[in-house]
Amino acid sequence: MIRDITIGQYYQTDSLLHRLDPRTKLVGTLVFIVSLFIAGNWLCYALAAVWLAGMIRLSRVPLSFIVRGLKAVMILLLISVGFNLFLTNGETVLVRFWIFRITLEGLRQAFFMALRLIFLIMGSSLMTLTTTPNQLTDGLETGLGFLKKIRVPIHEIAMMMSIALRFIPILIEETDKIMKAQMARGADFETGNLIERAKALVPILVPLFISAFRRATDLAMAMEARCYHGGEARTRMKPLVYETRDRMTYLAFAAYLAAMIALNRIF
Amino acid sequence: MAIECKNISYIYGNGSPQEIRALNHVTLTIPDGQFIGLIGHTGSGKSTLIQHLNGLLKATEGDILYNGESIYAETFSMKSLRSKVGLVFQYPEHQLFETDVFTDVCFGPKNLGLDDEPIRRRAREALDLVGLDASYDDVSPFELSGGQKRRVAIAGVLAMKPEVLILDEPTAGLDPRGRDEILDQVAKLHREQGMTVVLVSHSMEDVARYVDRIIVMNHGNAALDGASKEVFRHYRELEEIGLAAPQVTYIIHALKEQGFPIADDITTIKEAREAILRAMGDKT
Repeated sequence: MIRDITIGQYYQTDSLLHRLDPRTKLVGTLVFIVSLFIAGNWLCYALAAVWLAGMIRLSRVPLSFIVRGLKAVMILLLISVGFNLFLTNGETVLVRFWIFRITLEGLRQAFFMALRLIFLIMGSSLMTLTTTPNQLTDGLETGLGFLKKIRVPIHEIAMMMSIALRFIPILIEETDKIMKAQMARGADFETGNLIERAKALVPILVPLFISAFRRATDLAMAMEARCYHGGEARTRMKPLVYETRDRMTYLAFAAYLAAMIALNRIF
Repeated sequence: MAIECKNISYIYGNGSPQEIRALNHVTLTIPDGQFIGLIGHTGSGKSTLIQHLNGLLKATEGDILYNGESIYAETFSMKSLRSKVGLVFQYPEHQLFETDVFTDVCFGPKNLGLDDEPIRRRAREALDLVGLDASYDDVSPFELSGGQKRRVAIAGVLAMKPEVLILDEPTAGLDPRGRDEILDQVAKLHREQGMTVVLVSHSMEDVARYVDRIIVMNHGNAALDGASKEVFRHYRELEEIGLAAPQVTYIIHALKEQGFPIADDITTIKEAREAILRAMGDKT
């Protein structure tokens, strides 16, 4: 039950997308998202769809895995489609009932909005599915390294992110253990009204917080014992280096963005 | 009056590609009043097995009977099972959460739906059983020492008045004195209240000193099951599965091989001392 939580899920396989430098993938995802906001006509969306399908194919991640990410945002998707459908003003009125009316422009806008959101979510989950959390934080740290010049503690932020991600499975396991221990003492988490259930969480949350703090202190101690002192002059075991495939990917994405702008202008 | 495991298997992640068979057709009976040692190396299925005994895990296959009644029957009350079969987890002090010792121990009996008076009486009795007097009642459990915290946690389970007490490595991380105190108190409960005790342990010395019967788990199977002296006689098989007999057993066997007239079923230092003195006395 509790093990079903999937944050930053990674799909283990070997593909071109998995081997790309995380920075390339971050920039690529960003370009794809920007292109979705440029897109203004059918041809643009067709291009984005083909591009996304190609990427999914290259990643060797089963489509069902990517579609699963959509479930979480279904409500958001429905709300934004609803707003666009009913609240867009237009000339050609298709349906009219009570205070609502659906216009051709509204329909068009709602459809585009839905496509845009779906592509956006699929595109970004494709990135997290092909990049391990550690690669992702490495990519962010190196990619945003220029922010250090304006005193943004980018290394510290990246370190916090990777520790937080690393602690998720540990804390899930810990929660499971504490739940069982309290159930052995007769605790009941499944019956009762909302207030009773919220109260029943106290015997889990208190030990969980205590253990999280204990782990944090232990980790800090272990890091200091190995002379960790932040990002200054720290080298990497596996430094991020751009390969030919990364340069090719950048070129491909530049071409894609140019094509998108052109299609949007011409038609 | 017993717990019977009938051919139970448990598979973690059943149906997924990474399924692990943690228990493999285990059949065993835990009769009333026994002091049982459950040994096995890490990952042998000990912890999985004991979580079945109070219904925290449901066997993938097989059935468990408590006093002849299937615990998986629709009408069976899991809550009453959990009050009858008390399970103390590894590092139980990590489950403490209340602001003072006494209230924390009250948590279990309160969950059983008792009235205020019997709850307080049971909590007091349980704390007395683990040797913590009334001066500890208002202390925050987080201010106690490791051994004291653990005793509070064990009292939390004892306050439910279980008929069977299962302890998963109750002495892990304690100093020798804390270890002896806890095990002596458990042995006293067994002796004076006739409580059935299942002790999961890595220490062969502890097991040899206290238990009547040993169950050895290996790869999800109950590999050996018998009186403790009987099981330790198979010390070569125990070594094969990554365990050992108590150290003193090895000394005795070495002495015997050198032609020393001594019995080979000795498992505790006290027995060894007497046997060696007797043998020496015979010689001189």
